[in-house]
Amino acid sequence: MNRGYFSRTGLVIGLAFLYLPILSMVVFSFNNSRLVTVWDVAHSPTLKWYVALLSNQPILRAAWLSIRVAASAATGAVVLGTLVGIVLARFGPFRGRTLLSAMTTAPLVMPEVITGLSLLLLFVALEQLIGWPRGRGMLTIILAHITFTMSYVAVVVQSRLAGFDESLEEAAMDLGARPVTVFFRITLPLIVPAIVSGWLLAFTISWDDVVVSQFVAGPASTTLPMVIFSKVRLGVSPDVNALATLMVLIVALGIVISSLWMHAMSKRRERESQLAIAANQ
Amino acid sequence: MPDAYVRIEGVTKTFGGAPAVDNVSLDVQRGEIFCLLGGSGSGKTTLLRMLAGFETPTSGRLYIDGQDMTGIAPCERPVNMMFQSYALFPHMSVEKNVAFGLEQEKLARAEISERVVQILDIVKMGAFIGRKPHQLSGGQRQRVALARALVKRPKLLLLDEPLGALDRKLREHTQFELLAIQKRLGVTFIVVTHDQGEAMTLASRIGVMNHGQIVQIGTPLDIYEYPQTKFVADFVGSVNLFDGRLVEDEADHVRIRSEELGAVVYVDHGITSAPDVSVSVAIRPEKIGIDRTRPAGSENVAHGRVKEIAYMGDTSIYIVELDAGKLVRVTLPNVVRRAEDRLTAEESVYLSWHASSPVVLTR
Repeated sequence: MNRGYFSRTGLVIGLAFLYLPILSMVVFSFNNSRLVTVWDVAHSPTLKWYVALLSNQPILRAAWLSIRVAASAATGAVVLGTLVGIVLARFGPFRGRTLLSAMTTAPLVMPEVITGLSLLLLFVALEQLIGWPRGRGMLTIILAHITFTMSYVAVVVQSRLAGFDESLEEAAMDLGARPVTVFFRITLPLIVPAIVSGWLLAFTISWDDVVVSQFVAGPASTTLPMVIFSKVRLGVSPDVNALATLMVLIVALGIVISSLWMHAMSKRRERESQLAIAANQ
Repeated sequence: MPDAYVRIEGVTKTFGGAPAVDNVSLDVQRGEIFCLLGGSGSGKTTLLRMLAGFETPTSGRLYIDGQDMTGIAPCERPVNMMFQSYALFPHMSVEKNVAFGLEQEKLARAEISERVVQILDIVKMGAFIGRKPHQLSGGQRQRVALARALVKRPKLLLLDEPLGALDRKLREHTQFELLAIQKRLGVTFIVVTHDQGEAMTLASRIGVMNHGQIVQIGTPLDIYEYPQTKFVADFVGSVNLFDGRLVEDEADHVRIRSEELGAVVYVDHGITSAPDVSVSVAIRPEKIGIDRTRPAGSENVAHGRVKEIAYMGDTSIYIVELDAGKLVRVTLPNVVRRAEDRLTAEESVYLSWHASSPVVLTR
């Protein structure tokens, strides 16, 4: 059997497995029929569900809430996660390092139901003890999302720093820079790519989280995935397809743009290095 | 010596109980190039890092220009270091890299750029001022790292394997440039290296390190011609070591009988040792001559058979198996281009050496 034939078959099957569900959702978002599974040949394709979305206040409100939650959670996670990442990568062996390292990565594999439940219990207990956070709403969702997204940031930052020689920071100190200057002029610029990708990662994880939000959300705070989830329980309506298609589009655009940019950057770097080597021969 | 520029006094550094540097005391004079020579794990880099302030001594004290360095942070020491990896900041241009240290001193912009240009001219990197480190070759990075360390006008420059990452041709060239720059700026250098050739050409004095201790300090000539221990004799250059017994110990000469060598070694200088003690005789490969016929005299001659010949271009290395089975290394220059009667393998030969050549080692 031909190897090329085999790998092509694998590619087709793999892609189909991953993207047929999304493709069918996209197709049905242009369906005129109210019944999701019946294709209305006469009046499709149509954009009417997209137009309907624009006037659907609960969905717009939920989307706005989700954006604010995801942005705040990602920002909080970046601050805490970066600190943890730097400590793990740079502070050498200290008492409790192994524990911190294990505890940082544990939330990555913790079942979300357990994370959500324990956070809810914590918030309730805290409210009874110190009166904060008062009730459950956007604040509790943000706090909950920070706790389980900062692990991702920490891991990304730590691995980026591990790729750089510690002597860079030592050289800066040797040249007379104080620790604060070393951090802002050397360490931080080096890990900016990791911080950006950590922020994006935290944003997308927070953006599509249902389980944890479900536990810690209050009556007035419904995020977009929670709206979709509750709508689907009452039966899938085509406007959900349209909404989901938009979400996929936004994420896909983001990925394409960032990967194109990264590709261009690495190409440029490679070319410059080769020029430098060529100029020396 | 009160005027020692760098004074290391009984410094010990242990990592988890094991000493990396073991009770080292050392004085380095102003304007000197001092080389710490040793294998990996000999503690030479740890000693250098303690001078820079990245490690604190477990015990002992360090003085630079008379000032006690205990408790002084790396950023406040009058010392700069050139790292083995060069540690150039990848996100800054050559100019920014070199200017970084001066910016920390809060100097005026005009003065900073003037001094940056000046030092980059000295290391011949003026044309590359706008490049980023990844746009430079290894040799160019080395020069930028040197410029960055020198631009602060340190009293003392620490160099960690300064030529380690360069290829052989570039190494020789850079060695001489480094010497010229050092002479011109008058900075005291402490160089760490595992390469004895590098230490020989750069250093005014060498300290050979082993297991965290300095085993011998001396000029390159002292270290090579008068090693005090078997370790130094073997580590610096190559050497033939023979075990033997002291049979005659006079003030102006000694005789040593060596079964391994199958001969009596006559040494034309006295040694300080008790008679009838077991010693080692060290003879450098280039100090041994080869003849087909037996040379005059009964001492300092050994018989053997040529086992292998390695032609190196400028010299040839002959491995000779002595009658007692010991292998001896002999290096001879290839003086004549076409020698018809060049030695061949399996030939029977006599090895001989001058009475001043052997070094007697008791440790």
